[in-house]
Amino acid sequence: MKHLRLPVVLAAGALALTACAGVGKKDAGGGSSDQSSAGSTPTGTLKVMGFGGDDEVAQSRVTAFKTAFPGVTVQNNKGDFDAQQFLTAVSSGNPPDVVYMDRKLVGTYAAKGAIQPLDDCIKNNGIDTTQYREAAMNEVKLKDKTYGIPEFYGVSTNLISVPALKSAGVAVSDIQTADWDKLEQTVKKLYKAKNGRPARIGFDPKMPEFFPLWAMANGAELVKPGGAPNLNDPKAVEALQYTIKLINDQGGWANFKTFRDTFDLFGAKNQFTKDQLAAFPIENWYLNVLLDSRPNGLQLQSTPFTDRQGKPISMLGGSAWVVPKGAKNPNAACQWAKTMTSIATWHKAAEARMQTVAKDKTFFTGLFTGNKVADDEIKAQYLKPTGDAGFDAAIKNCYDVLETAKPLNPSPAGAEIDAAWQSAVAKALAGSATPQAALDQAQADAKAAYDKVSQG
Amino acid sequence: MTTTVERSAGSGQTQPAPRRRPKRSPLAKREDRAGWLFISPWVIGFVVFTAGPMIASLVLSFTDYQMIQAPHAVGLDNYRQLFDDPRVLKSLSNTFVYAAMFVPLGTIFALALAMMLQRVGKAGGFFRTAFYLPEMTPAVAAGAMFLLLLNGQQGLINKVLGWFGINGPNWTADPNWLKPSLAIVSLWTVGGTVIIYLAALNGVPKQLYEAAELDGAGPVTRFFRITVPMISGALFFTVITHTIAAMQMFDQAYTMFYGPQQKATASDESLVYMVYLFQNAFQFFKMGFASAMAWLLFVIIMLITFIQVRIGNRYVYYHGDR
Repeated sequence: MKHLRLPVVLAAGALALTACAGVGKKDAGGGSSDQSSAGSTPTGTLKVMGFGGDDEVAQSRVTAFKTAFPGVTVQNNKGDFDAQQFLTAVSSGNPPDVVYMDRKLVGTYAAKGAIQPLDDCIKNNGIDTTQYREAAMNEVKLKDKTYGIPEFYGVSTNLISVPALKSAGVAVSDIQTADWDKLEQTVKKLYKAKNGRPARIGFDPKMPEFFPLWAMANGAELVKPGGAPNLNDPKAVEALQYTIKLINDQGGWANFKTFRDTFDLFGAKNQFTKDQLAAFPIENWYLNVLLDSRPNGLQLQSTPFTDRQGKPISMLGGSAWVVPKGAKNPNAACQWAKTMTSIATWHKAAEARMQTVAKDKTFFTGLFTGNKVADDEIKAQYLKPTGDAGFDAAIKNCYDVLETAKPLNPSPAGAEIDAAWQSAVAKALAGSATPQAALDQAQADAKAAYDKVSQG
Repeated sequence: MTTTVERSAGSGQTQPAPRRRPKRSPLAKREDRAGWLFISPWVIGFVVFTAGPMIASLVLSFTDYQMIQAPHAVGLDNYRQLFDDPRVLKSLSNTFVYAAMFVPLGTIFALALAMMLQRVGKAGGFFRTAFYLPEMTPAVAAGAMFLLLLNGQQGLINKVLGWFGINGPNWTADPNWLKPSLAIVSLWTVGGTVIIYLAALNGVPKQLYEAAELDGAGPVTRFFRITVPMISGALFFTVITHTIAAMQMFDQAYTMFYGPQQKATASDESLVYMVYLFQNAFQFFKMGFASAMAWLLFVIIMLITFIQVRIGNRYVYYHGDR
């Protein structure tokens, strides 16, 4: 069996070689910046990427497009946006026609030339960009060019479990983010431990993902206008130190995260009904999820997330429709983006949502479309007192912060900046670096990436 | 075998006649053709799906390639950057630590299962299938499942440890336990190794055990003096393949610590090399640098394999060796 040695070595070599099987492809060539002709009716196939679109709000809008443009065959490759899938499709010269991606990615992909400017699409098809919220439009712009059509407008508010507060003798008004020392005392009252591990989290600061919100609350701007990173701003460092202190008061990061991982966030019996959490800031979409928990004893309350001066603030989330370089049917893509985000289409979505509400015997928690006109009209038409004071307060808080919500400023190095601060916060939470050192390193990494992109 | 000698004209010296290659029998030729036919799917697959991309990645490793614009040559810059980027070293050291845990653990675990299987009677077929099935489940699904099992507070593993009075760690949140938890998750996929060991164990002649027993050797002595040497070829092969697989760990690590549901909570302690390579390629648009990372890993794996082969040759026993 000595002859087996050669096959063993060959097999080892072959297995090792597969580590190097990378993706290599020539330049995809000149991306079609084919501009949509004014008034031309799109036909052919429209390949959509990154759009899950399973709920009634999504389906009603897809139907609206298909009804308006029966000559277009929509091929929706369902699933969330996947960077690997998208980049390989673009670089291989076989991109989708329209892509649904997080708005914070638009700057990066625009800077790399992966997506086309839509200024001609907007002009030729008469898309009124003033209908969209200004903050959302700013997110999809780079160097005075527009690269995406925005939709949805995710804002945050504090959601509170009333039974948890009652059991600790804490008032709803004590769940506030203006007085940080006071919040820490409140958290200590609400926190419960069992065998040295968390049994109830008093206030989850939602780290790492809400770090930009805490930094904003403390007056820091993580990305400067123009896109330069500012991650180690002393105010940002202070915010990180504070949130880590909050977590350390509640068992320390490892225990805290482990316990938080047990939450059934989308279940009818969730962290609130199981008394695992007293309060946390979260985006508005979660209100709709919580409707299923009401029969299970959910008693909700809400306070606005404020800066340290007491002014309600929110980070901004949302998506955008973008057209990749080399898209074969940019005309249909442009009409798709226009139709999906139009006032009329949002009304159809709201109607579909109301039908679901009636069927489920629940209530409307608002629709935050990113289209200001649609928001106002839908709110006026459908939003009624729900009969649940907590939900009413939460919905009101979300609507109240729409005008002041802010995203991180767009940057051509957006992806690298995101990765840098996320890595820094994770390091600081795990205790492998101090907040100052972690954010200093993040700033250096992000700055290097930004400088490189800016020079390119 | 006789050697024919001829006298060279005018020389008086004898010279050996040139050897003729023995004519191959039709059977041997047929066997050759059949052999190539059988391995041709793998050969074609290797050339098209591995060798081609490899050559491309080697070329790309000397370029700045952001996947959208055409690559442009940067010489050795990417390779220099490998040594300047602290996260390359960090991810490499994480991967080494993980491999150092998984390879011995996986080998021992698979061998223990194979020895148990060998003792199972009629139900052997069922258990062989049962042990192999996890190999067929997607690594992503296994990663997601183990996130639940390894939860420090409500996971099954810590609950079982609790029965014995052991307060289990926060496997998936404590930076010190991230790599051990990855090694445990990887044990899920040792089914293939179990089958290899089972075949090797079944190939050990029974007479050796009988003779050793007559000489008074106990089970431990028989295991170390007979079983291990006799299956050392299989052990050697799987140690090499486990090492290579460990150096290329990606799926479970990505699912457990870097997937979208993790909300960027991953600590650098869980950053294995292939995850960092993937991030550079598809998150930071540095495909040229990622290609250089791939080739560095290739060189490291080949070096490790070479050392393993050199050492292994001293200790591995092959049937038929003289």
